[in-house]
Amino acid sequence: MFFLGLCLLLLMSILMQAGYVTQGDLALLRQKAQVVKNLGLTDLCLSTEARYTRHPSQADWHTALQSHPLALDHFPSGSIIGPPATLQKLHD
Amino acid sequence: MIKAIDKQRYILDFTLSSLWRRKGKNLALVLVYTLVVFVLGSVMFFTQALKNEAALVLRGSPEIIVQKMVAGRHDLIPVSHGAQIGKIRGVKAVKARFWGYYYDPGAQANYTLMVPEDLPLKDQEIIVGAGISRVRRLFRGSSIVFRTYDGKPATFFIKGVLSPDSELLSSDLILISVPGFTRVFGVPPDRATDLTVQVANRKEIPTIAAKIVDALPDTRAITREEILRTYDAVFDWRGGIMIAILAGAVLAFLIFAWDKAAGLSAEEKREIGILKAIGWETADVLEMKFWEGLVVSLSSFFLGIILAYGHIFYASATLFEPVLKGWAVLYPEFRLTPFISGYQIAILFFFTVIPYTVATIIPSWRAATIDPDAVMRT
Repeated sequence: MFFLGLCLLLLMSILMQAGYVTQGDLALLRQKAQVVKNLGLTDLCLSTEARYTRHPSQADWHTALQSHPLALDHFPSGSIIGPPATLQKLHD
Repeated sequence: MIKAIDKQRYILDFTLSSLWRRKGKNLALVLVYTLVVFVLGSVMFFTQALKNEAALVLRGSPEIIVQKMVAGRHDLIPVSHGAQIGKIRGVKAVKARFWGYYYDPGAQANYTLMVPEDLPLKDQEIIVGAGISRVRRLFRGSSIVFRTYDGKPATFFIKGVLSPDSELLSSDLILISVPGFTRVFGVPPDRATDLTVQVANRKEIPTIAAKIVDALPDTRAITREEILRTYDAVFDWRGGIMIAILAGAVLAFLIFAWDKAAGLSAEEKREIGILKAIGWETADVLEMKFWEGLVVSLSSFFLGIILAYGHIFYASATLFEPVLKGWAVLYPEFRLTPFISGYQIAILFFFTVIPYTVATIIPSWRAATIDPDAVMRT
């Protein structure tokens, strides 16, 4: 029970710390938004292996079939970074 | 009331000592359970933090981006299209944007080359992202040679390195001048990669975007709203292959929990038989099983969440790195802002503790209604 209590206490302190860090990070996030504005950026740099995962919001309409029709997505990051909503909307 | 609390305390004491007697089996269960919570929690924290970060940071993206399309592919746009767009009522300014990708065979990495709007750079000067600086060991004053579109070498000097704080935005970025960009890629002087449109009234963005596409049918307009929605959908944990993997993990765990709870060992059966023989009611045994489940569930739940928190917010989501990085060489070193809500914790609780409880409740009831005489004879 002591262990459970300790874990609960740790979780509560994590939640509090997360809130505190988030508040502290707001200034940094505003600074990043300014960088985005100044440079005219459109995407996060999370994966650099393929055009459509480096800039998902600027992806071609046919990115899933980049090489030829029925070609499977050959970049690992493509399996977790899906097509953007705007493209899904177009193909609905 | 105090009597009832005391009773629960005694049952709990007994449950804990009973769990400790079978510590090997129970620790294995807690380990697997913790792992499931850890994976689910990591995915949830990661996607939520990225979504929030993207929503806050990408608010500064261009209001409308106009790209020329040729045969379904993004193509270079004539700069003259800008004048045509500028005539649309409500458009404040149109600017040409120059950006592209460069594959560096030396580092086997892809870079994003971009011409900044308001940052004056000399022809041979570039500013590189922190990721490139790390991979290529480039610092202020050092130089890099690019192979231009016509196969000639072009030397550039590093004017500076972008702040590591913004690595999630600029890790692979190279800021370059327009002449430098033209030299590397051979872009004709009357062409740009795309055009950015500034709109006077934010509410008119969709209307103006529609008017642009009407006036220039070979183009597409990407609005800031669409960019933001992209990140909302891309990192939605409820969609895509992630949920398929997670559903598999949860199902495997359910089978494990069911098997663990349903397959009572002879020792456990004997224990229940003895307890009932010395006067424990079925309700008491059920309460004991309830406490047992709660202790295992909560320990694993808390441990899993704490580990997931550390993994995502203090270890740069190391376990997701191989998938996100894929075949690329560059991967940003970033620290995400821990956007955690009670809703996320509640969802995690629902996806982990509830299935375990449901999977173990029937076997527990079966164990509680066991005939003590029959058990002790076996």
